[in-house]
Amino acid sequence: MELQHVNVKLYVDGDLAVELVRFIEVFHQWIRDSILDELLIDVADYRHVPDGPGVLLVGHEADYSMDQTDGRVGLRYNRKAPVEGSNEDRFRQAFASAARACRLLEDRFADDGPLRFSRQEFELFINDRALAPNSDETFVACKPQIESFLTATLGHSDFSLERRAAKRSRFGVHVTVAKAFDLDAIAATLKSSASSG
Amino acid sequence: MKASNILWKQRLDGKLPAPLAEEIDTFETEIELRRQDKLGEVIFAETRLRRGVYGQRYDNGQRYDGVETRTLAYSTDVPTKGVNTVWDAPGMMRIKIPYGGVNPEQLELMADVAEEYSDAIVHITTRQDFQLHFVHIDDTPTLMRRLASVGITTREACGNSVRNITGCPYAGVCPDESFDVTPYAHALTQFLLGHPDIQNFGRKFKPTFSGCAQHSCGLTAMHDLGYTAVTRVVAGKEQRGFQFLVGGGLGAVPYQAKVFDEFLPPEEVLPMAQAVSRVFARYGEKKNRSRARIKFLIKNWGMEKFKAEVLAERSKLPHDPRWTEFLTDIDGLTETPLKPPGDFPSGNGSTGYHRWVKTNLREQRQAGYVTATVALPLGDLTSNQLRDLADIARKFTKGTLRTTVEQNFVMRWVSKADVGALYEALNAAGLGDAGASNIVDIVACPGTDTCKLGISSSRGLASELRSRLAEKSFEMDQALQDLHIKVSGCFNSCGQHHVADIGFFGVSRIVNGYQVPHFQVVLGGQWEENAGSYGLPIIPIPSKRIPDALDRITDHYLRMRQKDERFAQFVGRVGKAQIRQLLVDLTQNAPEHDQDPTFYTDWFDPREYSTGDIGKGECAGEVVTAFQFEMTTAERLVFEAQVSLEASDFQKAGKGAYDSMIRAAKAIVLIQYDDVSNDPDEIVDEFRERYYDTKKIFDPYAGGKFANYLFAAHKNATKAFTSESARFTIEEAQLFIEAIHSCYNRMRAEGLSQSTQGA
Repeated sequence: MELQHVNVKLYVDGDLAVELVRFIEVFHQWIRDSILDELLIDVADYRHVPDGPGVLLVGHEADYSMDQTDGRVGLRYNRKAPVEGSNEDRFRQAFASAARACRLLEDRFADDGPLRFSRQEFELFINDRALAPNSDETFVACKPQIESFLTATLGHSDFSLERRAAKRSRFGVHVTVAKAFDLDAIAATLKSSASSG
Repeated sequence: MKASNILWKQRLDGKLPAPLAEEIDTFETEIELRRQDKLGEVIFAETRLRRGVYGQRYDNGQRYDGVETRTLAYSTDVPTKGVNTVWDAPGMMRIKIPYGGVNPEQLELMADVAEEYSDAIVHITTRQDFQLHFVHIDDTPTLMRRLASVGITTREACGNSVRNITGCPYAGVCPDESFDVTPYAHALTQFLLGHPDIQNFGRKFKPTFSGCAQHSCGLTAMHDLGYTAVTRVVAGKEQRGFQFLVGGGLGAVPYQAKVFDEFLPPEEVLPMAQAVSRVFARYGEKKNRSRARIKFLIKNWGMEKFKAEVLAERSKLPHDPRWTEFLTDIDGLTETPLKPPGDFPSGNGSTGYHRWVKTNLREQRQAGYVTATVALPLGDLTSNQLRDLADIARKFTKGTLRTTVEQNFVMRWVSKADVGALYEALNAAGLGDAGASNIVDIVACPGTDTCKLGISSSRGLASELRSRLAEKSFEMDQALQDLHIKVSGCFNSCGQHHVADIGFFGVSRIVNGYQVPHFQVVLGGQWEENAGSYGLPIIPIPSKRIPDALDRITDHYLRMRQKDERFAQFVGRVGKAQIRQLLVDLTQNAPEHDQDPTFYTDWFDPREYSTGDIGKGECAGEVVTAFQFEMTTAERLVFEAQVSLEASDFQKAGKGAYDSMIRAAKAIVLIQYDDVSNDPDEIVDEFRERYYDTKKIFDPYAGGKFANYLFAAHKNATKAFTSESARFTIEEAQLFIEAIHSCYNRMRAEGLSQSTQGA
């Protein structure tokens, strides 16, 4: 089972202390200053929609958003372009990209937020119902790969996975980690992760 | 092809209606041919448009980032998907929803595809379509297949074709309708979809159906083809028919539709549309897009000749059994309720509930039932909300939903006994906003957010106004609550600003040497009576001062209105000059750039609106002053022309509009040639040579359209003006003035000194 379109959402720790509108300016600045080594295109403002994408940075390879879906705010990385390598490589690439974006945002709002993302839980899901139907079979097939990726990335296996239950939602897992992980270290793995296509 | 696209193709093979499957396969092949450069970009662009695959802002690979315009580093290994349209640039997908009718299964599918190919947002348009943004063209065949699996097509959603056939969302349940227009709209949709007679239009063609004349649900007066249900009694027996209208349309210069037939029998609904289509295809303009809508053909010919041609064409049409087959099962689409009729629940509810009941519920003509409007901010909702809405529709009705031209949903056949529970369910899904169809329910086109033609941020302005009005609107006088506000990002009127009580459309102006987003304030439009009259722009106001302008207009209305006087009547009585005077100071005393840089940005977009690195040359200074002086005069003249039109002095109105065009032309000629006289012939000649022949006045999208308004007005300068021709000349003068501003702005961006070389 080849998985593409991997999504990772890293939740904000506690309440969001930064007004959502401020991310519009930050994302525009990321485009202007070429902060990320990928093609960033535009910013979309969806703050008017409850529990929606919030503020969205649209890219060619991936989108980033300060997402409010399901009532929890977090940084969502939505990989759109295919990524070569194994499924574990694709999980690692998405997780590292999300971690890098979170650290950039934390630094940006260090003085006037603060903004801090959780180091102990996140969501990983596949934005593709053909490649990964939300079924028991998919979970059985993917669980070892997700566990392998997590063990390699976190350096331990003290985590738990909870599969998304809602039938109509995309296949994914909620990951809870016993001890805080290091976002900088995870972001640093980006360069060594699988090359993108 | 992406792995998942292959999977979907395999999974849906043999499960789609054959014509749709074939159509999508063909498009997929055309994509491949274009990828191999075996299909020209112009032809490919039209073919994708006819499948609903539309361009989006920045798809030319260029984007202004607030400092400079930069090239977006897309791959150059693939060909373009249209002229100056980068293959990999995200685009928009328009999805036709005939007469707005959708069911829960379709909503769930929309939710899935919005998540997987777009941004998990579905936008409802002012023509009852769905739109998805940021879609990659490679995903579009799969998206179409998945839509086709639930009976939705994108065929002919864009391009020079018959667009979505809209219809009153209350059809079949409205107490005021003559009869249910749904089966007629459905039959015409099926009949015209892919019909050979509609494949050779020079421009788009928009039909609509309305169940009555007095409301605004079908907007028949502003469509190319409008069917308004009427009945008559002959020999004691009631007969159904339609008042048949043709040649309406908004766009840059709006036209009111004209009556073709006061009573068109049902069996003529389809063949007459076919006959009109054939005449339009044969005689409609093909080369000049700006004159290619059917309204121009009717204007050129006059209604008498047009009608004669259509009737002659109708008499020659070979009989098609489909014309009347649908009439044998006219009740086949009639909906039925899930629950028995009831009475409103007793007891107290929250403030939100009572507001929602007041603004969002409407009595059906079937006792014991109501319709409930799901009011959507800016016409948007999320994938999860779509799923919730599907569940709610199943729980309370048999899934009977329609989209509306006010970018909302209407749920039909709700038992009155259920309204409390329905509100709770909608509210839990974030869909329980009150204020449907009132001042807070602001309509906006995509504008600069995603549209290539957007000048100012219509959604940004609408969002700001909505936030400011949200709470206080319910404390307002009812006369204010009932106002309709509509915002377009440019003059093309996708936000339908012409038919709002208070409309706005985006323009730009130079202030203190910088470009500043503005909105023209449009007054005098009428939403009721199917868009009964069109407003005209009275003054451009800086975007950030529009909320103040709105406050002043509404305060003035509240203070000065006579008993039960509607807003359009009020504007007609007090005159636009008085209202304009209220707003004039908002155009003055702009803050210096370093005092308030946000004045020079658009709503919720931190980028500086103009190319701020352009300096003001000393040499250009005098010329700029002369330009601005002449343009101020031109704008005053076109406004005075409106005042004359209000006073029914059509000659003065038309002449004033023409004079304003001459002054605007002179303004731009002055930049290159400061000895130009006031002789209109000389001004037009100089303008033609310096700006038209050199294409400097050409709009990136509209070409020389606006300059041609000047040439036509000059040619007809000695002719007498009628009410209609005076009005059109005013509209065209306004657009010509905007074009001169745009040309000037482009020249500034290039550097005036460079532009004047060779003058």
